[in-house]
Amino acid sequence: MTFKRQDGRKIDELRPMKAKIGVVPNADGSAMFQFGDTIAIAAVYGPKKMHPQHMQNPEKGTLRCNYNMISFSVNDRIRPGPSRRSTEISKITEWALEPVLMIKQFPNMVIDVHINILQANASTRCAGINAAAMALAHAGIPMKEMVSSVSIGKLDKQLVADVSKYEEDWKEGEGATDIPITLTNSGKLTHIQLDGKISFSQLKEAMELAKKVTKEIHEIQKKALKEIGEEQ
Amino acid sequence: MDPVRKVSNLTGNRIKEYLAEGKRFDGRKPEEFREIIIETGISKNAEGSAKVKIGKTEVMVGVKMAISEPYADSPDKGNLMVTAELLPLSSPRYETGPPRFEAIELGRVIDRGIRESKFIEFEKLCLKEGEKVWTLFIDIYSLNDDGNLLDAAGIGAIAALKTAKIPKYDEVEEKVIYGELSNESIPLKKELPISMTVHKLGDNFIVDPTLDEEDVSETRITICSSEGVISSMQKGETKELTSEEFNKILDIAEKTEKDLFKQLKTKIGK
Repeated sequence: MTFKRQDGRKIDELRPMKAKIGVVPNADGSAMFQFGDTIAIAAVYGPKKMHPQHMQNPEKGTLRCNYNMISFSVNDRIRPGPSRRSTEISKITEWALEPVLMIKQFPNMVIDVHINILQANASTRCAGINAAAMALAHAGIPMKEMVSSVSIGKLDKQLVADVSKYEEDWKEGEGATDIPITLTNSGKLTHIQLDGKISFSQLKEAMELAKKVTKEIHEIQKKALKEIGEEQ
Repeated sequence: MDPVRKVSNLTGNRIKEYLAEGKRFDGRKPEEFREIIIETGISKNAEGSAKVKIGKTEVMVGVKMAISEPYADSPDKGNLMVTAELLPLSSPRYETGPPRFEAIELGRVIDRGIRESKFIEFEKLCLKEGEKVWTLFIDIYSLNDDGNLLDAAGIGAIAALKTAKIPKYDEVEEKVIYGELSNESIPLKKELPISMTVHKLGDNFIVDPTLDEEDVSETRITICSSEGVISSMQKGETKELTSEEFNKILDIAEKTEKDLFKQLKTKIGK
């Protein structure tokens, strides 16, 4: 293993993680999740009656996520309001979370999850999904299991876990490939995206790496949720 | 969330039962595409254009070019913008108004597939570093939605790019002379970035779903790859996948890419 990461991490080492529950007192559930310099906060409102009425689904509840980057979360100010990118990430987040929610218990209802990125240094959608999963648990929404999300990177030919901004902009060799992956704690895939260049066989390796490191994320999420349980 | 009525549960369940026996309503095998028909040069005023039919699904894709300033992080490279519109004329499900998620996702998935594959040689689309570069607009329009717009749009984008000619440029006036095309093609790599989507219905996997099949699809993965190298991927919809299922999807995609590549080579040519 001669590959050196700019911040000195091992190839399968995540940035220091922090997780905190109850960061938004007004919300029914809320959480913060941090990968190094990437900070996401998520708040859950609901389940509540869906308005307008024609949006109601009598077969199951609706999960509605809203991913938003705070204008000053990055170097070049982001224009406030939704963009094509944020619209897509919001939907991806819904798809990543819904499989573990027992959403059939809430016909005609909606569960709103608001995710805001306070500070960005790559892997923001993963941090957002991790925070949202914790916030949903905190809100007491029945869940089959937890989900944990991480972005696996391929820098030139080397796979690494939890891509930083520096690594995302990797130019040497085959450049950077970014693969955000979300897994349930039993190892089922609820979300994957990929940008870059990778062979079919190495992608399978990337999946194994994701499986390994999401276990660590799951522990952090679980620990934060347990702590709040003890306080009450 | 879905105000539009989709295929009835009865038909949906029948589709899945059939599929469990390896059969589809239209007699195709699970991993078989409908016939693909590609027509290029469908609009004279576009720099490049194509119409792609996959079965009854039809999309139009056009390429337009303009001179603009490069982005700060790529001063010596051309730009790419991909947008998609799901026209109300193409299905009772679509309405006028600002793009909804489906259209946004379609545009973004095709954008990433083309961009990340490095199919377009953007460094050759720079006129003056830091000041003037070509911007490529790829615009996708649905004409008739009978499922699998994603893959049709991907093929259409390649066909439109392949057949496009760069418009003439007046160096003195610093203006593009629209309507007059040069003989120059857009600089492209040989390998085609092929988008294909594998769907999971019950315990079975299919490619190229019809609209009814798409309605009962529980999850899908769109993969863009060229000659065995994946350049982009996106999982859509809410059903989770086990590792085995994910690997199965990769195997299907790898095989499908080869089949589609052969077809496209003869149909688009060069």
